[in-house]
Amino acid sequence: MLPTSPEEAAQAFGDGTGITVLAGGTIVVPELTYRRLAPEKVLMLARSGLDRITRDGGAVTIGAAAPVSALESLDEPLATAARYVGDVEVRAQATVGGNLCAGPGRETPIGDLQAPLIALGARVRSAGSGGERTEPLEDFLAGDPRRRLVLDVSYDDKPREAGYAAMWRPHTHHYTILAVAAARADGELRLAATGAAPHAVRLSSVEASGNAADALNDVNPQDDALASAWYRRKILPRLVEQALANLTSQGAA
Amino acid sequence: MNLTVNGVERTISSPPLTPLLQVLREELGITSPKAGCQQGGCGSCTVLVGGEPRRACLLPVAAVEGASITTVEGLGTPERMAAVQQAFHDHYASQCGFCTPGMMIAVEALTRREASPDRYDIEEALAGHFCRCTGYVKIIAAAEALARGEVHASTNDPLAGGQSDQPEILVPGSPA
Repeated sequence: MLPTSPEEAAQAFGDGTGITVLAGGTIVVPELTYRRLAPEKVLMLARSGLDRITRDGGAVTIGAAAPVSALESLDEPLATAARYVGDVEVRAQATVGGNLCAGPGRETPIGDLQAPLIALGARVRSAGSGGERTEPLEDFLAGDPRRRLVLDVSYDDKPREAGYAAMWRPHTHHYTILAVAAARADGELRLAATGAAPHAVRLSSVEASGNAADALNDVNPQDDALASAWYRRKILPRLVEQALANLTSQGAA
Repeated sequence: MNLTVNGVERTISSPPLTPLLQVLREELGITSPKAGCQQGGCGSCTVLVGGEPRRACLLPVAAVEGASITTVEGLGTPERMAAVQQAFHDHYASQCGFCTPGMMIAVEALTRREASPDRYDIEEALAGHFCRCTGYVKIIAAAEALARGEVHASTNDPLAGGQSDQPEILVPGSPA
């Protein structure tokens, strides 16, 4: 199915039963190639018009099929995180919606844009069973993202201080081992971590106490192909400290 | 479905979800894009789609229907190499050759989008390309020479050695 408008895409998705969504293809196509996935029906978003990015009405709204490369010039800490995803070709193909719906990954947690978007206080508008709904990104991730069709993600367009700190692999750093995104707007601090759980998690304990070590109250890192749980537990508080120390002013662009 | 591949319009009969890489290699016999990791991580399948570098292993052919695809066969010929090919040749930038087509396409795309890329730009453009011979020094030297404008498209036939009785070299997928 190759819908040519957001409405058609939502209609074709229905309640998501038996549907595999294919946007940039960076996650789904290897699964097809290696025959780990035999979808009943594939919904391709290539021509759905869901790739627009707008800045108006006090909000920045990013369409689900917008490529990661288009975020490299948006607001921090999202822009820095986007620049560290994959490589130039993968960033041009991979989409925001795919990043939000990325499962835990075969080797390690993936979805590097989730933490910076949580830090920005992003809301996800999605279609699926029960119709369209808009909810905070952390609620969306805690549900079943693969049963929803992401339409867009948006955050308030306002001046912020933002910081990002990450451990990534040099040269073809496919996946980030661990990353912390922080943003402060109107006196409210928001923090989230990528790589410490199957999807990005908001570090509410640190937000409340300002104490970096409290990050381990919010997540329980696991061993995987990139790093051990022991290593992640050692590094996470350091990255929180760095992200907080890096908080620098970002005007609304 | 139709694709324009190296300037020639082709009709495609593979199923719509077939990766572009498989269509190029198996349906059209264009074998410069290599089937390396086939999960987007190694760079050896990189081709130009509408002038932009893309991983052919990650693109279902239906997503690029009607697009213009360029592989290294479409950049130059053995008799008249494109500047990027000449640069790789001059700087011994190809060892086993497996990564070379993807590397060339990435460097070609970089020099099309940046007037004078520096070393950092080159490393960024090649970040997703593995050379398991670890020949990066010479590959980057070739890209730097090209970026400095020190290389020009060749007018010689480097393979024929000036002898007229050499067999004609047929390159599958080239417009010639």
